[in-house]
Amino acid sequence: MDLLTWLTFLPLLGAALVLLTPRAAEGAQRMIALGATLAAAVLGVLAYQRFDVATLGAQQVVQIPWFQWRDGPAIQFKLGVDGLSLLMVALTALLMPIVILSTWGHVEKRVKEFMVWMLVMETGMLGVFLSLDLVLFYFFWEVSLIPLYFLVGIWGGERRIYATIKFFLYTLAGSLVMLVAVIAMLYRFNTSDIAALTDQASSLPLSTQGYLFGAFALAFAIKVPVMPFHTWLADAHTEAPTSGSVVLAGVLLKMGTYGLLRFCIAMFPGAAVQWAPLFMVLGAAGIVYGAFLAMAQNDLKRLVACSSVSHLGYVILGMFALSSAGLQGGMLQMVNHGLSTGMLFLLVGMIYERRHTRALDEFGGVAQSMPLFAIFLVIAVLSSAALPGLNGFIGEYLILKGAFDAQRVLAVVGVLGVIFGSVYLLVATRRVLFGPLTKRENKELRDLSPREIATLVPIVVFIVWIGVSPTPFLAKSQPAIDVIVRRCEAARTFTAGLERPAAGPLGQSLDPRAASAVQNAQQR
Amino acid sequence: MADQLWLWAIPGLPLLGSALCGLIYFLGLERRTAPSVGAHGAHGDSGAHGAGHGAAHQDHGAHGAPAVHGAHGTHGDEGDAAAHHGPSAGARLASLLACGAMAVAFALAIKGFLDLRALPLGRTALESPAWHWIRVTGFEVDISMVLDRLSAVMCLVITGVGFLIHVYSVGYMKHDAGFAKFFAYLNLFVFAMLMLVLSSSLLGLFIGWEGVGLCSYLLIGFWYAKGWPAEAAQKAFVMNRIGDASFLVGSFLLVQLFGTLDLSDIAGRVREVLADGSNRGQLILAALLLFGGCCGKSAQFPLFTWLPDAMAGPTPVSALIHAATMVTAGIYLVVRLNPLFAVSETVMLVIAIVGALTAFIGATTALVQRDIKKVLAYSTVSQLGYMFLGLGSGAFASAIFHLVTHAFFKGLLFLGAGSVIHGMHDEQDMHKMGGLKSKMPRTFLTFLCGAAALSGLPLMSGFFSKDEILAFTFANGGVYYALWGLGLVTAAVTAFYTWRMVALTFFGEPRYDAKHVHPHESPAVMTVPLMVLAVLSVLGGVLGLPPVFQVTHALEHWLEPVLEPGRAILAGHHDGHLPHPSHLTEWVLLGVGSAVALFFAHRGFHAYKAGIQKDTDRERNRPALAGFLGDAWRIDTTYAEKIVQPLKLLSFVTYVVIDQFGIDGAVNGTGALARATGGALRTLTDGRIKTYAIWIGLGATGIVFLWMWS
Repeated sequence: MDLLTWLTFLPLLGAALVLLTPRAAEGAQRMIALGATLAAAVLGVLAYQRFDVATLGAQQVVQIPWFQWRDGPAIQFKLGVDGLSLLMVALTALLMPIVILSTWGHVEKRVKEFMVWMLVMETGMLGVFLSLDLVLFYFFWEVSLIPLYFLVGIWGGERRIYATIKFFLYTLAGSLVMLVAVIAMLYRFNTSDIAALTDQASSLPLSTQGYLFGAFALAFAIKVPVMPFHTWLADAHTEAPTSGSVVLAGVLLKMGTYGLLRFCIAMFPGAAVQWAPLFMVLGAAGIVYGAFLAMAQNDLKRLVACSSVSHLGYVILGMFALSSAGLQGGMLQMVNHGLSTGMLFLLVGMIYERRHTRALDEFGGVAQSMPLFAIFLVIAVLSSAALPGLNGFIGEYLILKGAFDAQRVLAVVGVLGVIFGSVYLLVATRRVLFGPLTKRENKELRDLSPREIATLVPIVVFIVWIGVSPTPFLAKSQPAIDVIVRRCEAARTFTAGLERPAAGPLGQSLDPRAASAVQNAQQR
Repeated sequence: MADQLWLWAIPGLPLLGSALCGLIYFLGLERRTAPSVGAHGAHGDSGAHGAGHGAAHQDHGAHGAPAVHGAHGTHGDEGDAAAHHGPSAGARLASLLACGAMAVAFALAIKGFLDLRALPLGRTALESPAWHWIRVTGFEVDISMVLDRLSAVMCLVITGVGFLIHVYSVGYMKHDAGFAKFFAYLNLFVFAMLMLVLSSSLLGLFIGWEGVGLCSYLLIGFWYAKGWPAEAAQKAFVMNRIGDASFLVGSFLLVQLFGTLDLSDIAGRVREVLADGSNRGQLILAALLLFGGCCGKSAQFPLFTWLPDAMAGPTPVSALIHAATMVTAGIYLVVRLNPLFAVSETVMLVIAIVGALTAFIGATTALVQRDIKKVLAYSTVSQLGYMFLGLGSGAFASAIFHLVTHAFFKGLLFLGAGSVIHGMHDEQDMHKMGGLKSKMPRTFLTFLCGAAALSGLPLMSGFFSKDEILAFTFANGGVYYALWGLGLVTAAVTAFYTWRMVALTFFGEPRYDAKHVHPHESPAVMTVPLMVLAVLSVLGGVLGLPPVFQVTHALEHWLEPVLEPGRAILAGHHDGHLPHPSHLTEWVLLGVGSAVALFFAHRGFHAYKAGIQKDTDRERNRPALAGFLGDAWRIDTTYAEKIVQPLKLLSFVTYVVIDQFGIDGAVNGTGALARATGGALRTLTDGRIKTYAIWIGLGATGIVFLWMWS
């Protein structure tokens, strides 16, 4: 079998192995899960290294016929990486071992099932990013939803049932709308191959593009979540176990932004150009709105959850600037958010495991009892606050620059978010770490264990690495982004020139030379 | 020719030093000494908080050491280790590494300076190979280290003064539990500051810009266990962020206009871009936005209120970061991009007005402070205002001149104040000092040199640099006459508060409790840096003797190539001539400056020589004024009331009303609606045949009617 198939199904294999163990063998279950995710991480790095920037389109493709219903489209089991998915795949593969390692501290009941669901979820998420077939994508999309249902519902906090049902129904409602669009696409083009659909869909009339765009966008916007669809997130995060929150923030939400990029923007550039201003407004609003929510929180975890809304607002703002800087910034910010917010959730979990509270006013002076914890928390906060030299800055700067070129006012709103962001992050940091150590419980806190340090150090390495040397990361997705930018520009000139629904072929093939040729022709 | 790889070592060495010191802290090496039990905690700058809050002066003493001290000793779990045992081997290694890194960086800066002098005609900069930082299609940021004449001056000041302050800190922080951490932060700061002045790109400069902000945050909050330093640190960071937001938007605008963020490219092509008249407004906007960033970093009105609070940090930090280097970053930026700011006379005027206003507010506030560090802090705000007044008057070289002399004398004064605080066992209230001149003679004499320079006594360094700025302001004419007047009044106030400080601290009868406090002179490791800085403060004027002395203005001559483009544009506003004071005007202004300085220095000294009577009188007779000035014109209070509180309320309302009730209410409402609908419809299917029969009958009737209709 091929690398990507192994990568996708190794976690599932691990899940099967865990199932075979006796219920009491918790140590073995943990080790199997860790081993499976570590092996997947190695394969992920291998796939990353094998990736050839010069090749446009998907690489390392695996294609097996799956099923066909009567004379409908032949559904393929087709996996592959391209510039849009590579970073997401790498992020997922690298984050999962960290997540598994973090469960030592907070998962004590029903370890076996927990590990099974975690591993199933990894397969689902990797499948979402690697699928090159629309039906397969939808399949993995739903598969990845179910494990979280159980992770939050069984291992969550007090209001876990409320949170679980809310997020499940909410995302499912969006998914079903997307399903309608998926079926419509299949009937229209009689293929489910994403690359083929991407080439053909842009030739649809603008109004049809708009409907399909809307259907996909709704599902993804709920998943991201774009303000005002965000209220499920704070509840889900607050109630989820630490590891669930890390996966949710680190990877699951990225499925939404990834979907917006691969389907909404790349497939329907005409509609994307039309809808971009709305999404930019929602993105900018989300940045400030999320920051305001975060400022009002007393629960540390809910605060981080609200900051997610703000940070994902940046991603949306940048992507819908539809420029190279904006899209690249958005891509990188997806990774950055996974790292910094993931790390923040890990840290919140660590202190919760010790103090069994997350209320800010219960803390104060913790830096004295836990100096190492303090160092890591400050690093995570600075990464999240986009300090130059750390990863967050690169993403935010590119996003805001892209947005500024597209819609000045919205970029300025986004820049305001930079100020508010530093406010809520630093206030929370100060209230937890600094000040006099008055509470007895806080005096007795023990500092981070080697295992906990081991979960944090890899994240710190990437935070600094991306911040100091982002170009190799950016370079991987540049060609794919360039194609999207060209398609959007072509769509823009086309609609601007016609002032009526487009009837002719808007789309260019993925070959950039052809694209620019068409563009030149249009300009003439 | 970008072949000077060694230039990377100038910021690189402090970074390395920082990493090593950080490692020593992380591994806990500095704590490996004989255990000490119950030793008196490390000393610190207590009592700064709340001081200077005008009306609250009466209870100032209550802020005093006891409460604060207890918390301080427990800083870090290492507690009081090393307190009475002298530094451990690890700590000694940390100080050696940090000071060593600074010494070598200073040597490299000197080498760079000499190399620059030896360059053939026409070349004025050295450049290192570039680091390709960010590259996406259509936007690239490459950063190299560029040592030109301006950055060479800055490097010499940063590494030179920085080295002295590092040495001083070895003595000052000797008893502190976080010794290695302190040097890690301090070295990291120097790295960021050097990055700021050496970067070829505006975005590289921004790395340093935010980096120094971060180190400032870490060092202000160094004694975070006390609580209020952490709050001061947070305030400094956020207020800087407000300026930085403005900076960011300005940088986006510059990329649009110039297609690059390379500083020399931008500076060199302003005229070219300006040639397209439609760009003028954009250039002005960009300049104002960048200036907004400068207001944050260089503590100018309306963003200056963080700087006085920043005195919560250890005193060497105040000297290095909040007087000599970081806060001058804004001045550096304006000079670096001088053609951009010169585009519009309005921009120049805005800068000059902000500068003059800040200078005046700062000086009047310093007039009534009781905390010696607060006096120096507001004095710094005020002196930075002078520098911006100079920039706004087109006197770029004079601003840099004042920056350099200020680094000498204000660094000296802060270190001197630190020595006093050290000798007085953490007392900062000048009302509890007095008569220290015989107890700490070396500190006293060097402090006098600094005070003489700050107050602009004739022939001192500050005299030349400040009077040069005022002369240029005067020469601009028009509105600038008013600004010159304000500057002169400020000079008078400056002389007064400086000598009030000297008198209260060193003269008169001792007002401290002689039973418990035994003032003593600081060790040589602290006083030698003071002496070096004292010499520089006195003689620093030779860098820029005025033209009337018939010698070349060394600094202006040196900076010529950097300033040329901006001057050319400025001259364009004035029919080809830069406004320049005539020799006669200059003599007169020098005379007026000397007279004002001497007179008010004398007044200030004599009013307080005998004691604090004058302060007590003022507080009794004119409490409103004393309170207003003491509270820095109530600007901070206004922010708290008019901005911070409403924002807090708004965020609460957003969360509770809009988010929980509004949006989430709609979400849950949809769910509830679905349930209710389901519940209502369920009653239709109640399982009774009769009900179903009725529905069937109704349906059939309906169909019949429908059929008849059509």
